[in-house]
This record gives sequence, structure tokens and C-alpha cells, in this order.
Amino acid sequence: MGKLFAAILTLVALASAYPIVTHMYVQPVDISTHGHAIDEQLSDTMAEAGFAFLGAQLLLALFVWRFSNRKNGSNVKHLPGGAKLMVATAFILVGTEVLALGVLGQKAWADVYFTAPKQDALQIQSQAGQFAFYFRYPGADGKFAALHPDKIDEGNGNYFGLDLANDVEARDDIVTAELAIPVNREIQLLMHAKDVNHSFYVRELRIQQDFVPGLDLSVHFTATKTGKYEIVCTQLCGLGHYNMKAYLNVLSQEDFDKWLREKASEQ
Amino acid sequence: MEEAVVQTTHVHAPPEGFIRKHVFSLDHKVIGKQYFGLALVAVFMGMALSWLMRFHLVWPNTKVPGLDLLSSTGAPGGVITPEYYLSLMTMHGTLMVFFVLTNAPFAGFGNYFLPIQIGAEDMAFPRFNMMSFWVTFVAFLVLILAFFIPDGPPISGWTAYAPLSAVGKDAGPGLAWGQSLWAISIAIFCVGQLLGSLNFIATTLDLRTKGMTFMRMPICTWAWFITSAIGLLAFAVLLPACLLLLLDRMAGTSFFIPSGLVISDRLQNHAGGSPLLWQHLFWFFGHPEVYIAILPAVGIVSHVLITNMRKPMLSAKVIIYSMMSIGFLSWMVWGHHMFVSGMNPSSSLLFSFPTLTITIPATIITLIWLGSLYGANIQLNSATLFALGFVSMFVSGGVSGFFLAQPSIDIYLHATYFVVGHFHMVMGVAAIFGILSGTYFWFPKMSGRMMNETLGKLHFWITFVGTYCIFMPFHYLGLAGNVRRYSSFVNDFMAPLMPVHKFISIAAFITGAAQFIFLFNLIHSRFRGKQAPENPWNATSLEWSIPSPPPWDNFGGKHPVIYHDPYQYGVKGSKGDFVMQDSPEQV
Amino acid sequence: MASSTYPPAVSPPRLGGPERASRSGIWVGIFAITMSFAAFTSALYVRQASGDGVHIVLPPVIYANTLALVLSSFTMEMSRRRGARALVPEALGLRNGMGWLVVTLILGLAFVAGQYLAWRYLAAQGLYLATNSNSSFFYVFTAMHALHLFGGIAALVYLIGRLASSHRTFRRSQFDTTAIYWHFMGVLWL
Repeated sequence: MGKLFAAILTLVALASAYPIVTHMYVQPVDISTHGHAIDEQLSDTMAEAGFAFLGAQLLLALFVWRFSNRKNGSNVKHLPGGAKLMVATAFILVGTEVLALGVLGQKAWADVYFTAPKQDALQIQSQAGQFAFYFRYPGADGKFAALHPDKIDEGNGNYFGLDLANDVEARDDIVTAELAIPVNREIQLLMHAKDVNHSFYVRELRIQQDFVPGLDLSVHFTATKTGKYEIVCTQLCGLGHYNMKAYLNVLSQEDFDKWLREKASEQ
Repeated sequence: MEEAVVQTTHVHAPPEGFIRKHVFSLDHKVIGKQYFGLALVAVFMGMALSWLMRFHLVWPNTKVPGLDLLSSTGAPGGVITPEYYLSLMTMHGTLMVFFVLTNAPFAGFGNYFLPIQIGAEDMAFPRFNMMSFWVTFVAFLVLILAFFIPDGPPISGWTAYAPLSAVGKDAGPGLAWGQSLWAISIAIFCVGQLLGSLNFIATTLDLRTKGMTFMRMPICTWAWFITSAIGLLAFAVLLPACLLLLLDRMAGTSFFIPSGLVISDRLQNHAGGSPLLWQHLFWFFGHPEVYIAILPAVGIVSHVLITNMRKPMLSAKVIIYSMMSIGFLSWMVWGHHMFVSGMNPSSSLLFSFPTLTITIPATIITLIWLGSLYGANIQLNSATLFALGFVSMFVSGGVSGFFLAQPSIDIYLHATYFVVGHFHMVMGVAAIFGILSGTYFWFPKMSGRMMNETLGKLHFWITFVGTYCIFMPFHYLGLAGNVRRYSSFVNDFMAPLMPVHKFISIAAFITGAAQFIFLFNLIHSRFRGKQAPENPWNATSLEWSIPSPPPWDNFGGKHPVIYHDPYQYGVKGSKGDFVMQDSPEQV
Repeated sequence: MASSTYPPAVSPPRLGGPERASRSGIWVGIFAITMSFAAFTSALYVRQASGDGVHIVLPPVIYANTLALVLSSFTMEMSRRRGARALVPEALGLRNGMGWLVVTLILGLAFVAGQYLAWRYLAAQGLYLATNSNSSFFYVFTAMHALHLFGGIAALVYLIGRLASSHRTFRRSQFDTTAIYWHFMGVLWL
């Protein structure tokens, strides 16, 4: 039974590690400027975790193999070094891991959150509501008009609650259901929640940030590859949560300008 | 066996009559079994809910025969709607975390064995103890009631984030009375747990018998003691949170709801609240809660391993101090559930450090287990198998936590199946293995009969391999960006991942089915099992010095005297290879 | 392998037992209640930080209530000390614990009545539970305190009942724990 346990455990441990080592999970391509730091962090952690995982499981298997249901059973012996060795090992192993990954890994986090957006970053506002994302571009005056929740009228396309009748700044704002951005240009995404918590997640951008009702949050990023990428909601927001998505369309600067002009004329 | 015959003032009179003996009993052993029974019912319900979820994810348009009888709105024609999926998910989480993982290893086994292991006749406050169970039972009933109301159970997850959970029915089905019943149930549950923790702490501090110093208490007793201290403070925070949530829902206050929200085309009449406040309050409770779920299992597994290794741990003291540090650190890490929640990013970094630091005591405990196995004489019965399986699962689950502890990686992995894989590994598998190990170990003492070993081993093998098959792939899905809490997978990038989901669902059905082997074994052995001796495992702690099952006052009115710690195994020159705690034999 | 073995030849008397457990119990309970109120307080701080609170003027009766509660702690203490000395209380009077206990109870009930007046005062100003965040917190805090105080009042009634009954016996621990709890209610209020 001991040998069976050891064998099955070894099999399970190796089978668990296999898809990781062979990269069977398909991690999406990184299209952001800050993403490589995150990806590096992830693969470093994976290596350390893999080492710890396999080491522990195989050691467990080995000891169960060697020390179970022994014939001359009464001769139990103790690991040389005893508890002190285990404690020291834990501190050294984990201590160095924590140092390496925790401390050195701060940079990846700082890249996203502790750097201010550039002065000429393109500001786009996004609104998350049950169960769709909408986006607003400031238009020719470069200003975002004030929002009035009581004026929201989805039936007539007034998703943000703009006071089109009285507010001059509102009339040139461009509202779309798709987030188109120019490539290689820093974007500052202002995030507004209409009703409950939502979240903005684009796997390829390595960005995830919750929308919180009542809070003015924003993220900034730069996309480095053109293409169409899915934006999905990752904070449970109700029955339509699974279907709440939009598209991030990274375009060349020319194509983006053309797109924006088209959208402006459609308003 | 020398026993000091001291005064026989009983804490309560011997029970008379069926009601007093089996229903409204003051006896901690009966109360422990009642908790265990409640957890058993809850776990099978939770498992059934998970089957429905796994079924729907892979076969979304296939009908489940008979489900429309439970809810005609949630599953018209037997096909689960998106909102009903979320209801099932919410109830699954709530039942499992509260009514299984807090009940069975802690309230169940702890109530039964803590007084015995310290040589006491009963808990310090038997009436409070009885109340704590029945309060928990009422909480259970209130929760289950949510299944039977027209609007159905809540859809906000076991975490019930505001404002989704706070604004009422405008935000979706299940969020009217369903959500209120949830909050009321959990608030009642908190009261039950507080009464229970009160008992555990007072009993451990004051009712230890002669010679039972703190360091002579078995590791599992320590685990229950530390857990009850954590529980006391954790549930004392959840209760106010639920009350404030109920006030927002029913009294028009705005603790968690800001102004200007438009839901279902209606401007909500609230102002000034903070959704993040709910998250802080909830997770301040929620993180210690998961340690409440795992620490008793750590204690039980240590206890089972020591007995079945026929040698002590390299250092029981180190394990105990490590459990205490985990308990202490658990109060400082709650923000790691909120890295991308909109909280100050500096706070996120601050929270990540204690989170990473908790790895240290957890690793120490794991290494002590592994190191102690060296040179042991492992007796491989069902209890031991599950205990060893626990060690494996604890490593697996712990290692995935290491990823999530880092905010930068969490940007990518938050709210994906990676997180779901992590917490299921530690809670859904490891903690359950701890409970199962304890069950196989203590069943003979509790019922006076042995469980069937063959069935036990069969149960182990299917469950061990099965749970790896279910939950390891969750991590791969997460790494690919598979988002959680989705009732269907309609994203473009999900199509190539569906075969993995199918594999998981099938593994889940098989593994779940194997649990009926355990249930059968439990029930059959209760009535037809072989008679159990007083000490079938040749163990040293006090529960093995009394008859199986124990008499109503545990020690027959006598107070045992303790001479040793419970780790006297492999003792040279003793009769057999062990010395019991209450034996005056010198070592 | 070193381990703790024999107890010393003459072991110290065990201090444990149900009496002491009640004491531990009440402190544990106090700890838990403190934690709950800490949770409410932290919620208050978070709310105040958002700066939209309207200042509430405290009803004057609150000061009278505070005095009443503090006084009641004194009377409770008097009762406890007298009660400890008089093992068989002969009469209901200020000489023994019983009288002071009754005074404590009266002060406690006066406090609750005063709280009710405070609430009516606020309501007259249009300040209800949901009116604004500060009023919400005022009602929640005072209601929670009053709820726990009722527990203390119930314990007082129980003690008085036992003292007044023909048995005239009580466990010393019950007296002490009730006293500790009562003082805690005062501290919490302050």
C-alpha cells in the first residue's frame, strides 16, 4: 500500500507539472509595454513554485515508500538535524523566495500603478453597467461633459447621462460600444461604474481593474500591437456577467483618426 | 492506571429521556455529533449544487430532469438559467464554507474531543453549547429557505459584494428576499459560532485536568483553541457587517451604496456609502475564516500522523507556535483579496508582504511533517491515507497561493479559475481530507464500531486521484485567462478550453459518486461494524483511555491525572511501543 | 527525545473548574463584543473620511444618561463587595448587596428610558436612521449598545431574583461576571 501510494502520488505530481512545463495552457500574447515584467514575474514564480511542488510531493512519496508498514517496525529513527533543520530550511527557502519575488517584483506593480500617465496620454472614459461597456471620447473641445445619472436613457442611446439639451460640452462627446485606440500611444482609461461593481480585464494587455460605484478610478497603458482583443467583465455584476464584454480595437494612428471621425458623425 | 478520585460535582445531571439525550442535549459529545451530522447534510447538498454547476457549464442547454420542480423560474423545463447558475454557485459557496468547513472540523470534532483530550467532563458552558448548535441549525434552515421562495436564492456569490447585494431587487433576481435571507442566516450563524468559540476558549483555559499543562495538550487541541480565538474575533466582525447590509437593504441606510446609481433604469435613492467598506469588513472576517477552515485539519492530521507513524513529530512545539503565527498573521492579510479592487495601490503592496510571510510557518509545518515521516513506521489505514493526502493537497494549494500573493501577478490571475483552483485545493480538498481522516480515526471512539477498511481505502484512492483531476486543471484554465463566476463561456478565447472543462466535469461526477461509498460505510458501520476496542490505534491521548463510545460524563466521575505529553511513541523499554498520557509509567 | 514527563511530587492545586471558567468566559465575551464595536467604529471612520457627514447635535438627555450609567457602575461595585461579605443576606437594605443591586437596576432602566428620549429628540429634528450617514451611525451604535445592555439588565434581574428567593444562594462567579459585564457596558458607552 505504501509503494502504491508513492507511485500514484509521483504520477499525479508529474502529470500536474506536465501541462505547465510544456506550456499547454495558452497564455495570450502580450501587447502591452508593462506586460513583460508581469510575465517574467509569472515565469519566475512558476519555476520556484514548480521546484517546491515537485520537491515536496516527491519527498513525501519517497518517505512513504521507504517507511510504511515496515517489518522490523519498532526501530523508529529521527531525521538528523531535527526540527531546527526544518525551521532553518523553511526560513532560507521561503525567505529568499519572498525577497526575490516580493521585493524585486514590486517593479511590475509600480509600472502599472505608481507611474503617472503622460501629459499627452489620450483620455477615454469607460462606463460599466449591467451588462455592457460603453466608451466616451472627449471630442473636438477636448473636454468630457458632466454626467447626470438621472438623464440616462438607454433607449435613445444616452448611455452616460449627458445633458445634450443644455450642456455645450456634451454635444461633441463621442460615445461608442467599442474601445478603439491608436497603437503605441498611451491611453488613460477613466473608469465610471453606473450601477454595481464591474471590472475591466484584457488578457493581452495584462490589465485588470475593478470599476467601483462612487469612486473615480483610472488605469493607463500603451498597446504595442494592432488587432482586436476581448474586454471582459471579471467582477460578478448580476445575471448577465458572463456575457458582459466589448472589444479593444488597436488601430494604426491613421485608422484610428478615421474611425473617430466616422463615430463623431454618427452621434 | 492511577486516577485521582476528586470530588464528583458534575457540570450537569445525567441525561434522562430521548429529548434530553439526543435532541436538546447538554452533552458536548452529542452536540459534536449534531454538528457533524449537519455538516454531512450540507456537504452533500453543496456537492449536488456543484454537480449542477459543472453540468451546466459543459452542457448548457441540456435539461436536468426534475430541476424545474425545485425552481420553475430558475430552471424552466429543467434548463438552468444564467441567474440560477449564480444562485447555485452562491449557495454552494455559502454552504461549504460556513456549514461544512467551519462546522465539521471545528465545531464537530472539536466539541466532541476537546473536553475529553484535556480531561474535562464537559465544556465550560453546556447550555451555551447546546444553544450554539441549535442557533447554527436555525441559520441553516433560514439559508435553505432561500431555495423555496419565488425569487430564488441570491446571485451575488458567497462574498455578497455591495452594492449588488445591497440595493435589492432592482439589481437582479434573487436579490430581494433571497439576499436578505442569506444575510439573516449568516448573522444568526455568527451568533452560534461566537457562543461556540466562547466555550472552547473558556474550557481550554480553565478545565484542564491535573497535570495537563498547555504543552501536554495534543496538537489538535491546540488547533481548536487557536481556531476558536480566531473565530471569536472574525465572526464578531462579520455580524456587524451583515447587520449593516440588512439595514441598507431594509431600512434605507447607505452604508455601502453611493449616490447616483442607475439600476434597471431606476435612480437609486441612496448616498454616501462605500462599496469598498463592505469588501474590507467582509475580508477582514473572510481571510481569518479560511484559516478557521484549515487549522483544525492541520491539527487533526498531525494527531493522526503521530499515532500512525508510531513516533512523535520532530517538534510538536514548533508546529504549535507555527499555528499561532499563522493565526496572528491571518489578521494582516485581508487586502490580498482586494489587490485590484480600487483600493490604494500602496495598500496592495503592504498587504502582499504579510501574505508572503505566512508561507513561512506553513512551510515549517509541512517540512516538520515530511521530516517526521523519515524513519517512521507508517501504519497505512484509511485515516493515515487521508492524512498523507492532506499533506500533498496542502502543498499543492499552498504553492498556488504563492502566485496570488503577488499583486503584479494577481493583475493577470485575479478572478480567473486559477483562484478557484487555489482555494478549492486548500479548502475543498485539503480541509475535507482532514475531516475525512478525523472521521476514519475517531469513528471507532464515537460509535463503538470499526469502519470498513476496504471501502475506506477505495474511497481514498478515487477521491485522491479524482480531486487532482478536477482541481489541477483549474490552474491551467486560469493561466489561459478563463474568467470565473461565468454561467456560460461565450468568449472567443474559451472555445479551445472546453475540452478541459468536460474532463473536469466528468472527473467531478465520478469523484462525487465515490463519496457515497463513504456515506454507505459510515451508516453501515454504525450499525453493523465490528465492535471497537477502547484503543484500536494504540494511541496515547486521553480519548483512547475511555470506553468506545464514552459514557455521558467521559471519565466516570473521576478526574484523570496526566504524566506525559501525548507523543510517547517508539519508547524503548515500555510495554508495547507507546505510553499513554495518564499512565504513571516512567519514560 | 526530550519530553515533559512526570509532574512534580507535590503539584500545585488546580485552579480550574466551572467558577473560574465563568470568569474567562465573560472576558472572552467582552473581547468579542469589543471587536464588533470596533468593526462599527471602523465603518464610521471610513464614512467620515468621505466628508459628507452632517454634524448632529447630541440630545442633552445623553449627558444625563451617561451620568446614570457611570453611577450604576459604582452601585454595582458596592453591591458586589457587600454581596461578597454577606453570605446570607438578612434583609433588603443598603447594608447588604441586595439594595445596591436594585439601585443599579433602576439606574440601568433609567438609562434605557433616557436613550429612548434621545431617539425621540432626534426624530423631532427629522433625523432618522436613513437620513444621513451620521444619524445612521448614531442609531446603530446606540441601538447595539442598548441591546447588549438589555442582556446586562436581564442578568441583574436574574441575580436579584435569586437573592430574593427563599434559597438566597448564588454563585459568587455569577455576581462577579455580571459586575464585570455591567462595567464593560459603561466603558463601551463612554
